[in-house]
Amino acid sequence: MTTAAPAKTTYEAVIGLETHCQLSTETKIFCPCSTQFGTEPNHNVCPVCMGMPGVLPVLNQKVLEYAVKAGMALNCDIARFSKFDRKQYFYPDLPKNYQISQYDLPIAQNGWLEIELVDELGSATRKTIGITRLHMEEDAGKLVHGGSDRLSGSTFSLADYNRAGVPLCEIVSEPDIRSGQEAAEYAQELRRILRYMGVCDGNMQEGSLRCDVNISVRPVGQEAFGTKVEIKNMNSFNAIQRAIDYEIQRQVEVLESGGTLSQETRLWEEGAQRTISMRSKEGSSDYRYFPEPDLTPIEVPLAQLETWRSQLPELPAQKRHRYETDLELSAYDARILTDDLAVAQYFEATLWAGAPAKQAVNWIMSDITGYLNTEKRSISEIALTPAALAELIALIESSTISSKIAKDLLPKLLSQGGSPKALVEQKGLTQISDSATLTALIDQILAAHPQELEQYRAGKTKLQGFFVGQIMKKTNGRADPKLANQILSKKLKG
Amino acid sequence: MIGQQDVQKVAHLARLTLTPAEEAQFTTQLGAILEYVEQLNELDVTTVEPTTRAIDVSNITRPDQQHPHPNRAQILAGAPDPEGDFFRVPKIMDS
Ligand SMILES: [Zn+2]
Repeated sequence: MTTAAPAKTTYEAVIGLETHCQLSTETKIFCPCSTQFGTEPNHNVCPVCMGMPGVLPVLNQKVLEYAVKAGMALNCDIARFSKFDRKQYFYPDLPKNYQISQYDLPIAQNGWLEIELVDELGSATRKTIGITRLHMEEDAGKLVHGGSDRLSGSTFSLADYNRAGVPLCEIVSEPDIRSGQEAAEYAQELRRILRYMGVCDGNMQEGSLRCDVNISVRPVGQEAFGTKVEIKNMNSFNAIQRAIDYEIQRQVEVLESGGTLSQETRLWEEGAQRTISMRSKEGSSDYRYFPEPDLTPIEVPLAQLETWRSQLPELPAQKRHRYETDLELSAYDARILTDDLAVAQYFEATLWAGAPAKQAVNWIMSDITGYLNTEKRSISEIALTPAALAELIALIESSTISSKIAKDLLPKLLSQGGSPKALVEQKGLTQISDSATLTALIDQILAAHPQELEQYRAGKTKLQGFFVGQIMKKTNGRADPKLANQILSKKLKG
Repeated sequence: MIGQQDVQKVAHLARLTLTPAEEAQFTTQLGAILEYVEQLNELDVTTVEPTTRAIDVSNITRPDQQHPHPNRAQILAGAPDPEGDFFRVPKIMDS
């Protein structure tokens, strides 16, 4: 008799992301102070962002434009009537004791973005993640804690308000995400979209893009959500994925061992690769939002909305789809090429200059990418123009040069630029594809090596390679390999 | 009707320390104010849009152009405890 093992509960994770993105404006959201990163402490401050009495904040037009455009790119409904609110709490990074944010009437709602997960075999699965809302708000200042490297234990703090009032847009996803990989992909796609639009540089190290994660687990099939935990302090996509995978495992282990989870905020510790509980902020849930009386509501005129909509660029997902359907690239190639807009633009310019897609992809993704990685440069910094790359590819396609010679020329073209055609002519690298010239050359070689020829004809056919080597040596690699081989085979057989 | 507990909560949120006598006094005074405002409940406002502004103006914005404040040193000097380029603030969390 066999004993049936008790059915093991399988769990699924329910994950949503809150992402804060710094909008790439010159000045702060409500005052004309600079948003420059890395300036000396408290350099970019004025009475408005310092919360002096009697000042009047005025919305930066560019912030509104960027937020609306981001909302459109995320397929949101743009609010016909939107307003700002005060979110009250006491913390020294906030000079006014309230943050100007948007509460019940955010600028954009009900959107979505598409993520694409590519497995090792290169096949892609697509999934739509809902966007609950997008709103505008101001960033807070930065605190340096004194007397300890952590907040608890420090005896005082030093406040720098350069960041206070820097424009942010907060983007909240629906709890549609189910794994660390999906979350990392969602964050990356969001970053790609914002970078394509030029509204946020997406620099996670400088804090221009910050993600907080809400996560709970529940038995598969259960409708109700489990206890929600918030995770903060992840500063890379990789950290987001690992923090979530760690947290899913932790929550499942707590439940399996009969424990209960508490609703709390946890910090990701990069060094220890784990999340730790953070002391909860007392009374933090009572923000007493009320409409900001110093700012007027926003009702973007329809004509303005249409103008902004017409300025949206082709977005990453649209580009991926186009590359796969129209150019017949693999999902993997399409994804790599569209990851960085500059690379996608370089690729498209190479096609415009007449190069076939497949060859352009190969050159960009292997040799050029390899060069960029070793030299730690971006594609916009190389001297080889897309037109020159197309010219180089055309030289191979027309059998003017071999691809071996093209690869030899590439380092010089990448660092110094110029026309590949001119370089080939100048160096005398044109492929020899004239059969009379090759025949004469091969006759010479065979005459110079009577012994090898005899051995070949006695059955040592491996010697064909020796003769090919001699041809390439004599021509500095310029002989058309296919044609040379044809003539050689014929001659060897006598 | 507002109770003494509500006053304690509001005082805590506003970081005010009140004596029991003050709590009792403010409970009565705030209660009277709220009762007065509650008279508005007699009106039927089902067809009235919620008010979010005092004056009927929308879409006031400014161009994204820098105007650095001419006297940031004065802002820093006005702080009770400046330290170099920073504002020094007291201990945030009791450990
Ligand atoms: Zn300012």
